[in-house]
Amino acid sequence: MDKLDNQQLLAQLQQHFAEGIIRYEEPYGLLTIHTKKELILDILRFLKDTAGFIYLTDITAVHYPERENTFEIVYHVHNLVENVRIRIKVSIPVNEPTIPSATAVWAGANWMERETYDFFGVEFEGHPDLRRILNMDELDVFPMRREYPLEDPNRVDKRDFYFGR
Amino acid sequence: MSKPITELTSNRPVFEEHDPEEELTTLNLGPTHPATHGVFQNVLQIDGERIVSGVSTIGYIHRAFEKIAEHRPFYQITPLTDRLNYCSAPINNMGWHMTVEKLLEIEIPKRVQYMRVIVMELARIADHIICNGILGVDTGAFSGFLYLMQEREFIYEIFEEICGARLTTNIGRIGGFERDFNEVAFSKIEAFIKRFPPVLSEFQELFTRNRIFIERTSNVAAVIPEQALDYSWSGPILRATGVDYDVRVQSPYCSYEEFDFDVPVGTNGDVYDRFMVRNEEMWQSMRIIEQALQKIEKEPKGVFHADVPEFYLPPKEQVYTNMEALIYHFKIVMGEWETPKSEVYHAVEGANGELGFYLIHDGGRTPYRLHFRRPSFINYQMFAPMSSGMLISDAIINMSSLNVIAGELDA
Repeated sequence: MDKLDNQQLLAQLQQHFAEGIIRYEEPYGLLTIHTKKELILDILRFLKDTAGFIYLTDITAVHYPERENTFEIVYHVHNLVENVRIRIKVSIPVNEPTIPSATAVWAGANWMERETYDFFGVEFEGHPDLRRILNMDELDVFPMRREYPLEDPNRVDKRDFYFGR
Repeated sequence: MSKPITELTSNRPVFEEHDPEEELTTLNLGPTHPATHGVFQNVLQIDGERIVSGVSTIGYIHRAFEKIAEHRPFYQITPLTDRLNYCSAPINNMGWHMTVEKLLEIEIPKRVQYMRVIVMELARIADHIICNGILGVDTGAFSGFLYLMQEREFIYEIFEEICGARLTTNIGRIGGFERDFNEVAFSKIEAFIKRFPPVLSEFQELFTRNRIFIERTSNVAAVIPEQALDYSWSGPILRATGVDYDVRVQSPYCSYEEFDFDVPVGTNGDVYDRFMVRNEEMWQSMRIIEQALQKIEKEPKGVFHADVPEFYLPPKEQVYTNMEALIYHFKIVMGEWETPKSEVYHAVEGANGELGFYLIHDGGRTPYRLHFRRPSFINYQMFAPMSSGMLISDAIINMSSLNVIAGELDA
């Protein structure tokens, strides 16, 4: 059998999800497809059950405040037998940051999605236990969003001499 | 509010509402329990000694590295990666350097790659020494830990000779190393290669066929491969279940494809198998180091970084005397370098599994987004579900064999 390459994989995906693959690119040889959030579970299931991508490497999000669809949820999935990785991206708006949870496909998505929720406030629908994970429960912001800056290193009220150093 | 005292009918306590034999006890295992080896908490519901259910609480040493990384140029992120898995910091450092080099498409000389392999494998040995030594302590055998811990000291001395630091090493630079390994470093590595095998053999003899150890660990927390893959496990604990996924073999970096080594796998996925896999990986790491030393001999001497002046800091004495070096130094330190707008995912085989760096770069001074795929974080999420039905003492050695490092867990 031929080794699965990005072109074959892309052809398979385009055949099954014709208009679902909005666009694709291949930065550094890693096939990256952009899709819609309605289709994400179908694509993940297809990859897992049919294409042999049994291993969920990572789920994370990126915040692009200047875009119309502010959040980009990024999935890295790995076919261990053929040794092919694929990156799937879904863009969702900030006023409705919801996406179906991948916990229905992989149990391991649980904490990855909790972490993403914790830092970006993305709601994963159908997640069994969507709570904050690294930050404290009382926190009322989502700290990895771009509007929350790091503490200013030039703050005058934190000079060392105020603390006797 | 106290209950009115009624007439005593018996001198034995009367429990009408709660039968203590049926009541569950809530046990806080952690956050600062000596058996957890790190700051993380598990709230366990226990029935006698048996765990009924558990909830993991993590984040006690969360330091917002991903946020900080968005405000720092590339070379200032290396010290952050030190503090992920601080038991094997050089692997994290090298993984980060390689991620940036992949982004910038820098070609690394072979000799530097072999030097990196030596450093990474030493770090892997140091990490496995901790894990297996502590597993011995948790099962009640303290002496093996002491034998191995002394060897870790020699590994740290090698790191000290190479980069000056021992634990949080900040070793290497983007493009290579900050300086060449000196003669003392090479002689220390060779001395370590000679002295470590007998100690490791002795350690193995203490445990491998030890009946108490086998009965304590065998069939404890056994995981089938399907379940391990479902939970995205990676590293020695995944290989202990029988899945031969090793990033060094699957997606070789740093010329690992040139090395002759085996990937040990287990069969049952229990604590004993994880112990055996880690032991065997130490032997394989020794093989790799020996081969790397031989390969370095054949490479031109004195090469310790790639020839990329726009990304690799010039020597300090040249900065003071040479105009060009000063300009490069200034541009690198201020982050004024030409970088592609792209995104890259690079994974290395950390001591605990697939350590991935997902870097999105918009051409600015700092990464637009940097995400660490931390193996401990992803491996640990199965701990609470798999603990239910287990004895507390089994759960403790299960946690010990998962080798959860709090720094990597919380990032």
